[in-house]
Amino acid sequence: MTDDTDSRTTDQDARSDGGNVNSPFEIVSEYEESRWDRYRKLYDAYIYAPVAIVWRDWRARIGFTLVLFYILMGLVGPLFIEPTGVTEGDALVQPFQNWAYPLGTDNMGRDMLSQTVYSTTTILKMITSGALFTVGIGTIVGSIAGYKGGVVDTILSSITDVFINLPGFPLVMILAALLPIGGNPYMVGILLSVGAWGGLARAIRSQVLTIRHEAFVEAARGMGIPTHRIVFKEIIPHLMPYVVINLTNAARRVIFEAVALYYLAILPFKSSSLNWGVILNQAYQRGAHYTGGALHWFLVPMAAIVGLSVGLILLGQSLDRVFNPRVRARHERTATEDGGPESKANDDDMNINEVV
Amino acid sequence: MVNIGWRIRRIGQTVFTLWVVLTLTFVLVRLLPGNPMGAMVQQLIQQGVNPARARHLVELRLSVDPTKPIPYAYVDYMVNMLQGNLGTSMYYSEPVVDIIARSLPWTLFVLSWSLFISFFMGVIIGALMAYWEGSKLDVGLTSWAILMGSTPYYVLALLLLIFFAYRWGIFPTSGRQPTGVPPGFSVAYVTGILRHAALPVLSMLVASGVASLGMRGNSIRVLGENYLRVARLRGLSDVTISTQYVARNAVLPMYTAFLISLGEMFGGSVVLEQVFSYRGLGWYMLSATYQRDYPLMMGMFTVLTIAVVLALLIADLTYSLVDPRAGGQKSEAY
Repeated sequence: MTDDTDSRTTDQDARSDGGNVNSPFEIVSEYEESRWDRYRKLYDAYIYAPVAIVWRDWRARIGFTLVLFYILMGLVGPLFIEPTGVTEGDALVQPFQNWAYPLGTDNMGRDMLSQTVYSTTTILKMITSGALFTVGIGTIVGSIAGYKGGVVDTILSSITDVFINLPGFPLVMILAALLPIGGNPYMVGILLSVGAWGGLARAIRSQVLTIRHEAFVEAARGMGIPTHRIVFKEIIPHLMPYVVINLTNAARRVIFEAVALYYLAILPFKSSSLNWGVILNQAYQRGAHYTGGALHWFLVPMAAIVGLSVGLILLGQSLDRVFNPRVRARHERTATEDGGPESKANDDDMNINEVV
Repeated sequence: MVNIGWRIRRIGQTVFTLWVVLTLTFVLVRLLPGNPMGAMVQQLIQQGVNPARARHLVELRLSVDPTKPIPYAYVDYMVNMLQGNLGTSMYYSEPVVDIIARSLPWTLFVLSWSLFISFFMGVIIGALMAYWEGSKLDVGLTSWAILMGSTPYYVLALLLLIFFAYRWGIFPTSGRQPTGVPPGFSVAYVTGILRHAALPVLSMLVASGVASLGMRGNSIRVLGENYLRVARLRGLSDVTISTQYVARNAVLPMYTAFLISLGEMFGGSVVLEQVFSYRGLGWYMLSATYQRDYPLMMGMFTVLTIAVVLALLIADLTYSLVDPRAGGQKSEAY
């Protein structure tokens, strides 16, 4: 209390004219934002709104659940399920017949469930490195080329064009055959991104070309904001939906190509890199496609591949909704409370768009 | 209207790409640690060939002289490549060019069919989904498209092989032409070829899933435009609006996706042809990789790349005919 009065007297002393007019620099917000409020807003923006949006759409629900299921299977599964070995069970046990081998066994008595779970771990590692590298390189190269134009664009676009023109899978195949890649899943992911980033970079570049003359970019340039800040703070966030969708696309591509490389046995099979491609290869080598009763040997890894990639496509679509500001505004509670009439106008606007 | 300067630049870019690819194959063959050339010389020496003769044989096969300094070897290699001399296959003991001439038409045959059918399907299905957005038809077709897009072509290929060829015997299990029928324009031969190509073509139709989703998105964007409201007010029929107004404008952005999927399909021919033992470019490339037949492997890679590069060049040069708005004019540099 005494402190307070003291400070007030010194303030008054400073004003020689004795007037009581507050300087605008002294005004502080009349609303106090406590730490709790700040957490609530963060929770609202980053957790509540995305989850609410995702949960609204059945497709998004399926996609989210599927991807989460695979991540859990890859991370937690190996803790509960033991790696399988030759002659663990009878040969070619059919799926859904025996609780010891829910997905059946292959012709050497190895448990299909265990193989699938351990494959998921490997595939998740490949996806992590492959998708991040592909999207990272593609986005950076594409947006810089599109925004800068001129000589920089010519150089970057030429490099991009070379990589687009190289047939991705054969290139990766030759590199995998010639380079000592070994069985490290992260290295396989990086290898796969070599043939994949070009298309994304070109697509991002043409997206940037459409927004480089938008008012907010021109304004940022007019204000003398350095190029790297414009690219990373103005342009890339604007392309975020596109980038995120492509992240899931890149993940899908990594799965497809990695499985193909292992299916063709181009990459050496090690026990640390067990994956669905290896299972498919073994099934094909042992002639499961014409042997009776061996169909599940193909179908189990195939279902695993298709399931994960359905999940990724649906997740990509739902993330697009999360990033879309118009869909977002509807779900953020704080935004609607503060925004009042404006956000209502936005809602109406959106409804019109939806109807037309 | 026709932008000559842009076309010249585009062709220049193609030449640049081809140069990079040839250089890349040279680097892979000659410079990499544990490179194929060294491996081949070692292989021959181990088989009892004396070192000088081994180097000479390798030079003949790879068009790369192992003893020459790298710059000279590079110039020789490029001259050989430009003369169409891609070396000699070690496994088949015949010029790589001959093997290419034998296998390229088959790959082109399968790929062109699958490319056009899947693109056509994608456009039509995408337009239907967008036009009846939110309806049961949309939900059903979208689910179908997502399932297609989630299935790798080789998974579909294996399934088709198992069921249509091995279980039900509707289509042949392997090969590219009917046995016992003389090649020619006879009915038996042509239908035989078509039956052999049917399953590979069908497998590649998974590409239509992604294409139709892209088309759906584009069409929905176009459907929001004002000129469509005007078209509706004019009382034009749904068919006219969807084909003349929506499809035309929505197809154009699909062009890029089409081009990229072209390259991917060429790449995919390796796995596809393995599944069906369809002796095209991809099949030979894969068998060369297994056999460590480096001249054939590199030759096939070069040819696959040239095919993709030329296809993209042709497509780019004709794009301005499709979309008059697309010019090659350079945008202002910041």
